[in-house]
Amino acid sequence: MRDYGFVSYASRDDFFDRSRAAWNPGKTQFWLDQGVDLVIDRREGYHLWDVDGRKLIDVHLNGGTYSLGHRHPELVAAMNEAMTHYDVGNHHFPSIARTALAERLLATCDGTMGKVVFAAGGGEAIDIALKTARHATQRRKIVSIRNAFHGHTGLAVNAGNPRFSRLFLVDEPSQFPQVDFNDLAAMESALRGGDVAAVLLETVPATYGFVMPEPGYLAGVKDLCERYGTVYIADEVQTGLMRTGEMWGIYKAGVSPDILVTSKGTAGGLYPLGAVIVADKVAGWLDEDGFGHISTFGGAELGCIVAMKVLEITGRPQTRATVASIAARLERGLADIRSDHPDFFVGIRQNGLVIGLEFDHPTGAQLVMRALYENGVWAIFSTLDTRVLQFKPGLLMSPELVDDLLERLHRAVGQARAAARATSGRAA
Amino acid sequence: MSARRAQVRTTDWGPDPAAHARTLLERARWAADEFASFDRARVDRIVRAAAQAGHDNAARYAEWAVRETGLGVVADKTTKNEACSLGLLARYGDEDYVGARYDADAKILEIPRPAGVVVALTPSTNPVSTVYFKVMLALMTRNAIVISPHPAAKAASADAARTLNAAAVAAGAPADVVQVVDEPTIPLVDALITDPGCSVVLATGGTPMVRAAYGSGNPALGVGPGNVPVLVDATADLVAAAERIVASKAFDNSVLCTNESVLLAEESIAPDLLRALDDAGAHVCDPVERDRLRDWLYPEGRLRTAAIGRDAAWIAEQAGFRVRPGKRVLVAPFERPFEEPLTQEKLCPVLGFHTVADAAGGIRLARLLLRGGGRGHSAAIHSRDRATVMAFGAAVEVMRVSVNVGASLGSSGFETNLAATMTIGTGFTGRSSLGENLEPRHLVQYTRVAYNRDAGVAFDDFAGMQPWTVRPTPPAARPAAHDTARPDGVSHTADGRAAGRELDLLREEIRRLVRAELHSVLGAHHG
Repeated sequence: MRDYGFVSYASRDDFFDRSRAAWNPGKTQFWLDQGVDLVIDRREGYHLWDVDGRKLIDVHLNGGTYSLGHRHPELVAAMNEAMTHYDVGNHHFPSIARTALAERLLATCDGTMGKVVFAAGGGEAIDIALKTARHATQRRKIVSIRNAFHGHTGLAVNAGNPRFSRLFLVDEPSQFPQVDFNDLAAMESALRGGDVAAVLLETVPATYGFVMPEPGYLAGVKDLCERYGTVYIADEVQTGLMRTGEMWGIYKAGVSPDILVTSKGTAGGLYPLGAVIVADKVAGWLDEDGFGHISTFGGAELGCIVAMKVLEITGRPQTRATVASIAARLERGLADIRSDHPDFFVGIRQNGLVIGLEFDHPTGAQLVMRALYENGVWAIFSTLDTRVLQFKPGLLMSPELVDDLLERLHRAVGQARAAARATSGRAA
Repeated sequence: MSARRAQVRTTDWGPDPAAHARTLLERARWAADEFASFDRARVDRIVRAAAQAGHDNAARYAEWAVRETGLGVVADKTTKNEACSLGLLARYGDEDYVGARYDADAKILEIPRPAGVVVALTPSTNPVSTVYFKVMLALMTRNAIVISPHPAAKAASADAARTLNAAAVAAGAPADVVQVVDEPTIPLVDALITDPGCSVVLATGGTPMVRAAYGSGNPALGVGPGNVPVLVDATADLVAAAERIVASKAFDNSVLCTNESVLLAEESIAPDLLRALDDAGAHVCDPVERDRLRDWLYPEGRLRTAAIGRDAAWIAEQAGFRVRPGKRVLVAPFERPFEEPLTQEKLCPVLGFHTVADAAGGIRLARLLLRGGGRGHSAAIHSRDRATVMAFGAAVEVMRVSVNVGASLGSSGFETNLAATMTIGTGFTGRSSLGENLEPRHLVQYTRVAYNRDAGVAFDDFAGMQPWTVRPTPPAARPAAHDTARPDGVSHTADGRAAGRELDLLREEIRRLVRAELHSVLGAHHG
């Protein structure tokens, strides 16, 4: 079927067998059961091609990892330039690239931030944020949202759905109380004891289906944090880097967090990188014991160079303007599609290009995901709410591509609605 | 510690030229895509707002352009800026570049299709007026435009472009409908014109730039250089001809490429014409002055660019002689027209002067002079003999001839009924795809919906139909506190008939203003 030089396969089934055997049988089979037999080969801009050459528009983007597109030519050029001079560097020493990126990240914030700690990815970055908060407050409890997702490392996994912490017997529910999103009273009762180190919140919970915070909710949580001496950690992994039309979604919400975590798109999908941006008032451990968190690949210099380019492109006024253009056209187009299928396509959650589409069927998003896949679009359902499809378009899409995407979605929603009616008879 | 040049630059790490161009063009594509579905009323509001903003700032940018480039005359640049803002609105505002049209007899429906993203290169000689001109053309035809100004005029040009963009956007245009390059460089210009995101290049400027536009692989409307011969025959009204020629040469110190370069006078009237030129404000050089002027103006046989757009007294002084105060043009008579530097394009208020035996000889020589440059561009004639006018028009290889009018504003359509323009198509003979004066309609094409010609197949009645969604436009600007804006935010002009009347009145008022201003400024030169 395919000879890649480093490996060859007799057929697609042969490949899946070997993937099951050597890599991850559960995941490999899951997607096949979902009707998504995707093996990604070529990738460019907002398109993917599978091993058989089938082209797909990518609106999964690995949660924003590819917000600027796959292998953006300017990022590839920056990476290539960096490769002529750098490798990951030595994590113990002061580094030109790391310091330059730290300065640039601080410059994107509201003036209250003072330090940047680097990680190799989002989970590690969340762990650093939580450790920072525990050090600053000398408290242990971390409050998060039910159905949140913050990564699967030691501390972060405990702030998420217990399915993943119980699996490995690492759950510590007494240290990680969870409350319902958009419930300020519940939040206050969790904080009132004065023993909570941090509240950890995605600005818009992604894996929960991009449930939009109610007006005043995030600011209310921040007020509670200040009242009870708790650190506010904004997980901006899926809402940062211009996805909401502002560099950081939390500032768009009018909240100034104590710690801001970014990853996924930070180095444009060319290098793993996470960063924890910390207000000086909670950054004390960096003075007390600078070796407190050691990460060989945290802030790898190759990644730092690419990340600076990501910030430069993302910060261009044209990028911001284009995000507004895309968001406005999608808003119109999605409303049109919804008006054609009001009994099935029941909700649109949108903040810029952070978008969740809600369908009136227990697995509606999986049906739409499959129909989209058949129509040449790759978008993923929300793991923790299978009624909601995550719809994450890129920041630099052309009007032609947005129209193309909407047309395919229109068709897919109609097909999924028919499938839903056939299986449940609900959407009559 | 001494600064070492880092091998990986980690500061000031902006986009490379290709990426910069792509960024601008991708933005423009969004604007163009939105703009292309606007209806006539919305477009009219936008065009009017931009024209008004251009007019309001005409004098400021005229002064700025002269200060920045050292070229031209503030009052004349003001006139051009006005002519290229409200003046263009008066001229083209009644034209419909937006609505569908149909011919029931031909059974064809025509639906306008804007070019999309226009990349416009603008010159240093007429910087702001050309920016105004190209922006107005783009807005009238629902195109987005990216302007790359001449480096010598970049600050005034960029500011002017932003002013028009702000006015257009405030009136409802898509964001970034007008963009401009702040730091034009050859690699950036090359990237802009060759990128597939550019729909059409509008190139006004030097020959290398125009040739580059045609070599870009993208559609281009580029124009070649001029070198305008003007024939005055024995039948001409000599006093009127002299006044028109002097006013035209003095206008903005001859930076319009349509200005006269070489005057060919029929022998019988040459002495009288020279006297009339002197009376009209020209200084007629004696042979010594002529030689000094030639030596200074054409060192090594090529035009000294420092002379472009400078005034007559300054040029005379540089050449080593003085002229009386009030002299606005230097006339340089020469005897042999071959291998004579003074036959080349000048773009300054110096006019070559040569005597020909008769009108036929003048026509032959005018034709010959264009072989050295300026083919396809423009020429002028002052004559009352229609046979001579026709013979001149047929023989001289140009795409327009101005008759009994100054060539600067005649061939550019401001004092003739040619299309008012800042971009002169030089036709196939001048290596251009454009043979006319560039005007708005050149930036829009039509989808032709053609029915079966068989009489048995009916054509549809499209009366009153438009393909564009008519949407209420938000108010142009945030209403001031005292403003009694309608609370629903719906524009008053949603009523088509009321809007039409309002527009007609406005257009008449604009026409009156522009006529008055043009007359006052031009009149001052005649007087």
